[in-house]
Amino acid sequence: MAETGDRVREWPMPDGATAPTTTAMLTLDGLGVEANGRRGSSRILQDVSFDIAPGEAFGLVGESGCGKSTVALAVMRYLGRGLSLTNGRILFEGRDVAAMATAELRALRGNRIAMVYQDPMSSLNPVMTIGRQLIEVPLLHGETDAAKARARAIAMLGEVRLPDATAMMERYPHQLSGGQQQRVVIAMALMAEPKLLIMDEPTTGLDVTIEAAILDLVTELRAKFGTAILFISHNLGTVARLCDRIGVLYAGRLVETGSIRDVFKAPAHPYTRGLLAALPEHKAPVAGGGHRRLSPIDGTLKAADRARTGCAFAPRCGHVEPVACETRPIALTAVMGDGAHMARCSRLAVVAAAKPSARTSMPAAAANRGQVLLALDKLSKRYDLTGRFGFTSGASIYALSDASMAARAGETLAIVGESGSGKSTLAKVVSGLIPATSGSATLRRAAPHSSAPGGRLREAESPGATEDTGALHTSAPGGRLPTGESPGAMQEEIGTVGVDQRSPDTRRRIQMVFQNPDSTLNPSHSIEFALTRPLRQQRGLSRADAKAEVLKLMERVRLPADLLRRKPHQLSGGQRQRVAVARALAGQPDLIIADEPVSALDVSVQAAIVNLLGELLETGDLALVLISHDLGLVRHMADWVAVMYLGRIVEYGPASQVFAAPFHPYTEALLEAAPKPDPDASAPAIVLKGNMPSPTERLAGCGFASRCPKKIEGVCEREMPPVRQFGAHTIACHRELSGGATTSV
Amino acid sequence: MLRFAAKQLFNMGFTLLAVSLLVFMLNEWTPGDVVSKILGPYANADQVEKVTREMGLDRPAIVRYFEYMGRALTGDLGQSIVYRAPVASILWDRLGNTLLLAAVSFAVIVPLSVVLGVLAGSREGSFTDRAVSVFSSITASIPEFAMGVFLIAIFVVGLGILPGTSPLRSDTGWPIWSQFVMPVLVVTLYDAGYLISMIRTSMVEVMRQPYIRTATLKGMSFGQVVRGHAVRNALIAPFTVILLQLNYLVSGLVVVETVFAYPGFGRMMLEAALAKDIAIIEAGTLVAVVVTMLTQLFGDLGYMALDPRIRV
Ligand SMILES: Nc1ncnc2c1ncn2[C@@H]1O[C@H](COP(=O)(O)OP(=O)(O)OP(=O)(O)O)[C@@H](O)[C@H]1O
Ligand code: SF4
Ligand code: SF4
Ligand SMILES: [Mg+2]
Repeated sequence: MAETGDRVREWPMPDGATAPTTTAMLTLDGLGVEANGRRGSSRILQDVSFDIAPGEAFGLVGESGCGKSTVALAVMRYLGRGLSLTNGRILFEGRDVAAMATAELRALRGNRIAMVYQDPMSSLNPVMTIGRQLIEVPLLHGETDAAKARARAIAMLGEVRLPDATAMMERYPHQLSGGQQQRVVIAMALMAEPKLLIMDEPTTGLDVTIEAAILDLVTELRAKFGTAILFISHNLGTVARLCDRIGVLYAGRLVETGSIRDVFKAPAHPYTRGLLAALPEHKAPVAGGGHRRLSPIDGTLKAADRARTGCAFAPRCGHVEPVACETRPIALTAVMGDGAHMARCSRLAVVAAAKPSARTSMPAAAANRGQVLLALDKLSKRYDLTGRFGFTSGASIYALSDASMAARAGETLAIVGESGSGKSTLAKVVSGLIPATSGSATLRRAAPHSSAPGGRLREAESPGATEDTGALHTSAPGGRLPTGESPGAMQEEIGTVGVDQRSPDTRRRIQMVFQNPDSTLNPSHSIEFALTRPLRQQRGLSRADAKAEVLKLMERVRLPADLLRRKPHQLSGGQRQRVAVARALAGQPDLIIADEPVSALDVSVQAAIVNLLGELLETGDLALVLISHDLGLVRHMADWVAVMYLGRIVEYGPASQVFAAPFHPYTEALLEAAPKPDPDASAPAIVLKGNMPSPTERLAGCGFASRCPKKIEGVCEREMPPVRQFGAHTIACHRELSGGATTSV
Repeated sequence: MLRFAAKQLFNMGFTLLAVSLLVFMLNEWTPGDVVSKILGPYANADQVEKVTREMGLDRPAIVRYFEYMGRALTGDLGQSIVYRAPVASILWDRLGNTLLLAAVSFAVIVPLSVVLGVLAGSREGSFTDRAVSVFSSITASIPEFAMGVFLIAIFVVGLGILPGTSPLRSDTGWPIWSQFVMPVLVVTLYDAGYLISMIRTSMVEVMRQPYIRTATLKGMSFGQVVRGHAVRNALIAPFTVILLQLNYLVSGLVVVETVFAYPGFGRMMLEAALAKDIAIIEAGTLVAVVVTMLTQLFGDLGYMALDPRIRV
């Protein structure tokens, strides 16, 4: 393939550098993509160049909207309507994809290059069986014998570790779990043994354990079939685990590229450095006491940044220098001697000399800290399945069994576990959306003896607008008192009380923040309206007070006041989530339940929301219940951790103890599975196989026995594991514990 | 599936019974009792009493209801006053005519709408799409009678190649089949426009789904993608609407039947209602209910066949 060998590169190739271009499987050379809309054209991708050698895995990272998917689709020559390739070439095995005839292109797609998509459910045809969708691939690419195609499909389903492949062929996509669907999509992509596999966020939205299993599978299949991989992700951890090299995309330009080790160990571009700094440290000591702040990258990627002549990152960069950065196009330059590690920054030396931003620690917590605001005692929820005519069919789903834990003022209680483990059921019971079947959930008021007179304080939140200092401790003028309005009710049972039977005050005291802020913000109402309503309804503020209070809330969640007039769709995802947090705060709650609050957001934005949630705890009179499958985040934020499996708490205790010495095999497996943004992190030693059993069975023994690598044969499946207590740390497992365990079943 | 169908049939029988009772009662209680409806406003009291006794109308309504139902089951639906003949003979005759017209129209409308809707929706914004959209919105917005008059002006008065009325008699000088052309044309133009735009919208939506991208990137041609992956999905949403057209075609063709003097079910019901011909109204209503319920049943069954996510 001589023509790829002597193509001109726009950056200097140092002598003797091992340029893999001659053997490259895929070469992107100065790729430029433009969108042509009614309002003129805009550059989506600009000067994107990299190549992937046969069998190599190349990771492409960057925040939402930076053009990752566009790169993938350009390789497939499947650019969306209105997008067009304006510059550069895409060479696959030396042939220019853009110049191919339609027939040639079709012979390539699905055959030589295959793709795996982010959302497996929607990328499978809902009305066709898995089998038919798989068999299609070989039949399209030259196989004429339907029986052979079928045999191949069954074999492939086996390769991706799907149980009972033959039966799987007859099933429809909706009958599979998310992880199984993604395996089907991978099997479909591998049907023709492609030379290049493009994976666009293949594990986003899957549980950590499933993610780990899928990444394992990809690594294994890659070794087996020698497939080159273009792996797109916004999760640096998954890229570090899977890839050999990485490219960082920002505003449609490749800003840094190099081997995983070089880029992770010595990031050169300020954006890459920012991304890595924004991550919770997976090695750092666990949060426990004082929270550490994450360092988000300031600002957001704006559409206009893509049109800049100079550095697109300049508006957000701490090292910006007008002449060097903003006047002329900046080329990718070698960071070190050879050309293997490159960055697109004109001040590399300055940036390299700068110290990484120090992580600031959050101020010590307030006096109320540690008081139990919500106590759960053997809380259980059983759904009785109703058959036809409304009679119970006898079957029940045990969604939550005997959950006991506490949420404390000024602290974060994190609940972790795979999907279906009962996390959201717990949140729903506490918030009153569904009543518990048995057990209790007690909502308590913080003792009024705290640091200052006048009950619980919320600095900077009291609407005493005029006297900012003096009136801090007084309650809202004209409004109801935040405390003491249901005198005497120091504690209140809420577990079996549905939300419609709760008093308005109780409802005010528990607020939720969801994964997807769109589902809670009414698209036709302005932000101002969304924030004013709870202030007027729950706290009974006058119009003028509410207005002043809205401004304070906006300040508290660090949003500029001029966003108030906007509708939700005019905000970015991170901004919307801040609005959702502000709205939860509007009623001055005691408890905020955050269900996957950042998992829909970009890494750089996540950090800011995480900080925001951390700051809320500083005042010390609010408890946060954090539901998350992101163990890095939990490790960073949690003071207490409850690990759930099959509706039961299998391990519960102070985060420092649980993370330092996870004892329960499930906790251990979860921690192992979490992808770590560290090239030195070893691949997980334990990867859980199989699925959680159906919660309709009432198991005699340990729910985890079917997947537990440390199961004690003959004991674990038969007997309920004892719940043992080590100080504040509880573990439900049969395994022998060293040290004096107090057994309390 | 079978259990579902059986259950639906049971429900249908029950509904039918309830509706028949309701209709019977309504007729019973509308101002002017049955006999004066039959005898007209100038009958004297003796006549009324005599007829009442002859017809057994002095007995309780509920008894008569069961008698009526009993006879209905044997096929005797009573006497029509307007047509001076047994209801059964008229009803089945008219219903047959209407079903024929409905079947022919349906057979034209559905394939036409599917083809045009799919063609338009598969390439959103293309010339075909815009042409089909304009055509369908125009035809759907012209009322049936206006369309009838307009087409009569062209084909009957202007060109003289088609008959202007369709009494389904051969003594008009036009072959029977030619008498179908105009009514079918009017019904099709009026009804297909709506269906086309429904199917088009659904198709546009489906073509944006990620699984269409999956199919294309498997290496399929555009035609293969549309036929193999898009059409079935695109028909799921409009399916119920398509079947609802059957209801319209059976009991909603009054206007067309009137314009073309077509001896159909709708016109019969209209005439019976104007003349207070109770026996026809009762029987006709029951038939209309049966048709509605049957389409409902077929709708549900077909829905399940199309969409594997819905299974009972
Ligand atoms: N058909 C189109 N017309 C105009 N602009 C488009 C089109 N498709 C994508 N874009 C824009 O191109 C940019 C890059 O989009 P792309 O989908 O490649 O981002 P991404 O990095 O994959 O983001 P994500 O992580 O959210 O998937 C975005 O700003 C997007 O709005
Ligand atoms: S070129 Fe300048 S603005 Fe851009 S990343 Fe480098 S230092 Fe920052
Ligand atoms: S009780 Fe047994 S099966 Fe359950 S987690 Fe412990 S060792 Fe594993
Ligand atoms: Mg994308």
